Amino acid sequence: MGFSLVEELPKLLWLVIGVAGFLAVIGVLLFFVDAGPKKTKTEWWQAALFLAPALVLLLLGLVYPVIRTTLLSFMNGQGTSWVGLDNYVRMFTQPEILVVLRNTLLWVLFGPVLATAIGLFYALLVDRRRFESVAKSLIFMPMAISFVGASIIWKFVYAYRPAEADQIGLLNQLIVWFGGEPRLWLLETPLNTLLLIVVLIWVQAGFAMVVLSAAIKAIPDDIIEAARIDGTSVWSHFWNITLPSVWPTLTVVLITISVQTLKVFDIVRTMTGGQYETSVIANEMYAQAFRYGELGMGSALAVFLFILVIPLVIVQMRTNRRLREEQR
Amino acid sequence: MSTTQSSAAEEEGGRASSPVAPASGGPGVRVASPAASGSPGSRESAAARVRKRLSTTTASLVAIVIAALWTLPTAGLFISSFRPEQEIKTTGWWTMFTDPQLTLDNYREVLFSANQGQLASYFVNSFVITVPSTVFVVVLAALAAYALAWVNFPGRDWVFLGVFALQIVPLQMSLVPLLRFFSQGVTIGDVQVLPAWDLPGAFAFTNVWVAHTIFGLPLGIFLLHNFISQLPHSLFEAARVDGAGHGVLFRRVVLPLIVPALVSLAIFQFLWVWNDLLVALIFAGGDVSTAPLTVRLAELAGTRGNEWQRLTAGAFVSMVVPLIVFFALQRYFVRGLLAGSVKG
Repeated sequence: MGFSLVEELPKLLWLVIGVAGFLAVIGVLLFFVDAGPKKTKTEWWQAALFLAPALVLLLLGLVYPVIRTTLLSFMNGQGTSWVGLDNYVRMFTQPEILVVLRNTLLWVLFGPVLATAIGLFYALLVDRRRFESVAKSLIFMPMAISFVGASIIWKFVYAYRPAEADQIGLLNQLIVWFGGEPRLWLLETPLNTLLLIVVLIWVQAGFAMVVLSAAIKAIPDDIIEAARIDGTSVWSHFWNITLPSVWPTLTVVLITISVQTLKVFDIVRTMTGGQYETSVIANEMYAQAFRYGELGMGSALAVFLFILVIPLVIVQMRTNRRLREEQR
Repeated sequence: MSTTQSSAAEEEGGRASSPVAPASGGPGVRVASPAASGSPGSRESAAARVRKRLSTTTASLVAIVIAALWTLPTAGLFISSFRPEQEIKTTGWWTMFTDPQLTLDNYREVLFSANQGQLASYFVNSFVITVPSTVFVVVLAALAAYALAWVNFPGRDWVFLGVFALQIVPLQMSLVPLLRFFSQGVTIGDVQVLPAWDLPGAFAFTNVWVAHTIFGLPLGIFLLHNFISQLPHSLFEAARVDGAGHGVLFRRVVLPLIVPALVSLAIFQFLWVWNDLLVALIFAGGDVSTAPLTVRLAELAGTRGNEWQRLTAGAFVSMVVPLIVFFALQRYFVRGLLAGSVKG
């Protein structure tokens, strides 16, 4: 049984009904906003109608679940009885999960820094050049691709064929051209984790590049002109002018990518499925909660992830606010 | 939001005003600052000029190497997707340049035949998941952001702070309980408040819509609030004097003014939902009736990791739509990025 359009029709119909129904409800809601009591000092009625849909969804879908997941992390696999800190103790003692934590550390150490560094370097290289916008698009393009697609692209680069056959993967072919032996890259620990991190860098460098490029262009002309007249070298220009000027933006970029990196799931799942000691927290959380039915352990991992993210986001929000105020 | 617009404008401005090398600079070489005729640098020694030109050439070469590194993996996969199965599996894609053999068979099979992937059905699923998830978030976020910016009620700032804080929550935190809502309904004490959603057939998409809408809202509200709260006061006072209520104000005055922000948010949400794997895995199930492309591709990569004729073509089927959206609306996308709209 192959693809037939008739079988797809119910989906499309439900799509149309869903969107139309939703818009109709919103229309009615907007009508009632003005039909309610008017000219009052506190506009309870209007506020309720405007906010209720979003707030109800957020309360049910985020606020309650955060509490519930936190509670579950102190419970057993089925969520039926309390086990105290057992899940957390296991998390930091069980060898398999310690590997997961080590991998996550590797990701956070290498991914954000390298992606940001490459992004900054490239932004400087192509700044104000004639081919700038094309050059930027090339690096930026991976941002549009899903992590799943990116993983397939790189899995193909790492593909392996035995030494006597022709190679089909670019990496092994390069190794062979330089006289080496082809290797099964994704099976070698801990090299495989680093190769997975390459995929993240490949995707995120474009983000870093675009945001930093805007920051570089925002450096006031008079500063650049002054440096020019002083005849500073490329290096001292970079260290004394460019880097200090883009530093706040650099922090935001670094943290944003770090948060993304902590939650990385798709790459690991698509490339290795978390096997060969490549699993990370987000992947392990999914596996524990939804494949092994270990709700307690899965929730504990989610809570740990949350705790890791909080300080990063707070620093990011602060820097972001300062940036805004400075530019205002 | 003004900061965003200004930096985006600066970026565009920078691009437009990038110096085009005058005759003295030579083709393709940027005239590095002081070498331009008439400036103090014109007294520079010939050696310094040569050195400068060399350094810009080196910079160009390095840029080209990086660009090649970034483009080749995608190009390799793209070229491979048009090669016959036997060729893909036995020779590298670079042999295509010496021995070109092209076919569309991979695409035909991966799209339409049931045992090869049937990606056309999954493509429809991706579409059916993504469009409502985007519309819902944009509309609900616009309504909420408006109320948080311009409707008068006590505790407004606290509500905003709460929504703002929710951006921190990794969606991993809410997967288990949210899935439980759908499978078991909501009970308070022993009272069933909401029944379990055991939706058959196409109705099952509703779960994914709701999940994606919830996860998209905090960022959406934050982004639009930045924009809406900076509209001038006078706009609202004038309309209020005319007796317009908030409903009319929102529809007639605010909506038309925030279209660029809405487009930015819509692109982000669209790309995010289309490219998402985790939410879809949990809320859409794994079969052809509701699962999107990403789920199917991840599955093919896992179970049939060496069937490159499917994976290469399949990957491109999944990339076509985001790439079109991305390149057509890149300007809005960049603007959104600079406004800080990256999902936490």
